[in-house]
Amino acid sequence: MRPSAARLLNILVPIKRTVDYAVKIRVNPDQTGIDLNVKHSMNPFDEIAVEEAVRLREKLKDEIKSIKVVTIGPPKSSETLRTALAMGADSAVHVELPDSAPAPEPLGVAKALRAVIAREKEKGGVDLVIMGKQAIDDDAGQTGQILAGLMDWAQATFASKVVLDVGKKEATVTREIDGGLEELRCRLPLVVTTDLRLNEPRYASLPNIMKAKKKPIEKLTPADLGIDLTPRLETLKVEEPPKRVGGGKVANVDELIAKLKEAGITAAKA
Amino acid sequence: ARSSASTMLRLRGVISVVSLSRRYATSPGPHALVFLEHRDGVIDSGSLSAVTAAHSLGGRVTGLIVGGPEQVPKVVETAKKLKSVSTVLHCTSPQYSSPVSETVSPLLERLLSSNSPYTHVVSAHSSSAKSLLPRVAAKLDLPAVSDITSLEHDTSSNATTFTRPIYAGNAIATVRAPSNIPIKFFTVRSTAFAAAQGDEGGQAQDEALDVVEVADSPTQHVKTDLTKSDRPELGVASRVVSGGRALKNAETFNATLEPLADVLGAAIGASRAAVDAGYADNSLQVGQTGKVVAPELYMALGISGAIQHLAGMKDSKLIVAVNKDPDAPIFQVADVGLVADLYDVVPELVEKLKQ
Repeated sequence: MRPSAARLLNILVPIKRTVDYAVKIRVNPDQTGIDLNVKHSMNPFDEIAVEEAVRLREKLKDEIKSIKVVTIGPPKSSETLRTALAMGADSAVHVELPDSAPAPEPLGVAKALRAVIAREKEKGGVDLVIMGKQAIDDDAGQTGQILAGLMDWAQATFASKVVLDVGKKEATVTREIDGGLEELRCRLPLVVTTDLRLNEPRYASLPNIMKAKKKPIEKLTPADLGIDLTPRLETLKVEEPPKRVGGGKVANVDELIAKLKEAGITAAKA
Repeated sequence: ARSSASTMLRLRGVISVVSLSRRYATSPGPHALVFLEHRDGVIDSGSLSAVTAAHSLGGRVTGLIVGGPEQVPKVVETAKKLKSVSTVLHCTSPQYSSPVSETVSPLLERLLSSNSPYTHVVSAHSSSAKSLLPRVAAKLDLPAVSDITSLEHDTSSNATTFTRPIYAGNAIATVRAPSNIPIKFFTVRSTAFAAAQGDEGGQAQDEALDVVEVADSPTQHVKTDLTKSDRPELGVASRVVSGGRALKNAETFNATLEPLADVLGAAIGASRAAVDAGYADNSLQVGQTGKVVAPELYMALGISGAIQHLAGMKDSKLIVAVNKDPDAPIFQVADVGLVADLYDVVPELVEKLKQ
């Protein structure tokens, strides 16, 4: 028996194109930013988010009506959308910014997402947003919480496990917190931000990469959404951190202990 | 006659200074609201670092404590003794015993609504505070700055300038929140600010706030499982012994590291690889997205030193690395490196340290 229309979920996965996690970044000489002529990839936490959406569909099948990915970024960000489509998302939205535009802030990105969610209302709305807990470029870690605040939705950050009960329209989320783990029960609509151990993302297979080329990517501008992405915080400069140079190597444990002693480190008092 | 003339001149000088300050009214000094987190009656060390950061803005500091009836009174007493805090606000309700962002945010929104005296909202960059603060900021249509390592407030321009790490700490950004951001939200990297001190004689005022009831929160707290340990807490320990993927399994991880941590009085940490493989709990992970530590001694055992791990420990005072691979990136930041099998080194080290 097919589930009733009221119980089909629409999932939205915001993703970001960032400098690849393995790249050794270099601050540029005028201290305005880093050298961006390096390899870029989908933010690893967003890959985990896409993967989680696809796994939810593999588990819940028809109860997941749609998986849409969205990115706010320059033209090249469409490559990242194609990767998500190849992993299993159905369709994509690209809120395109000119290459010269300053990087949007979390508050701006969340407002864009709110506008995208509003546009989805005619198609049944969005029930679940799954997104990375932080982007590995700015390490801000705010956008999910800001979006939940703007929408007045439930939020579950740093998720390491998500169990969805479509009938009850709620999710049980286990999250990684400073001292261990916490479990929350959240009503939909909900914003979940992903942590490292939620899943291990798949590599898109070649057939899926080919199929993804035919999946739709809707292009929008910030003006189409009625939003202004001008940052309110000013980045004055970007510098290298104080350099840490490796010291020498020692040959054995005795020499190591001698070095520790030099630094004032001995056994703790019992 | 000359003395009265010079007195007149001096008086005139004083009068013009007075009228100058009336014409150019300076903005009031900063007033920071610091979210004080606590467990078992003790204020979190990260929150004490946030107090120090708030105090360095150069104005007033008000602490905010939210919790259940069993928790709040003891925490308020401790908070009142903090030297740099002038007022302690507190709100007690069973609703806050196991707080979630959705039930705490409305209280902060009310505190920060129009006519609020606060210019800054500050917290540690802890998992709970960083889940809460951006939500509150969003409700007030304000940006927030995460994980700051320094700050400077300029009262005349009413702007606050911060530094914060980006790209896993491989670059430092200087970010300015100008005067058109009326309340500046920020979370604080604890290793960058010393914990605020208490003073037995110190007595801030305290004020009880009415709870903002959240009748039908969309989120319910089910349970919290904290890893129990007698060791120093990883985030604040002065010595850390950390294990990587080379530690084979959970039994080997513990059997190898615990004796060394015991003899050094150290906390135990782990690389992401070790946590992913199940050798250690997620609360022990050191790195870009785990805990950031800066102890006196950081010993990395069987840890290769990926960029993301370095992000969490490269501000440690003394870094010691033991690894079989002479080319492991960890040796580029270690002050003392030993290329050897950790299973030979660690027991010998424990024996000799005990002597």
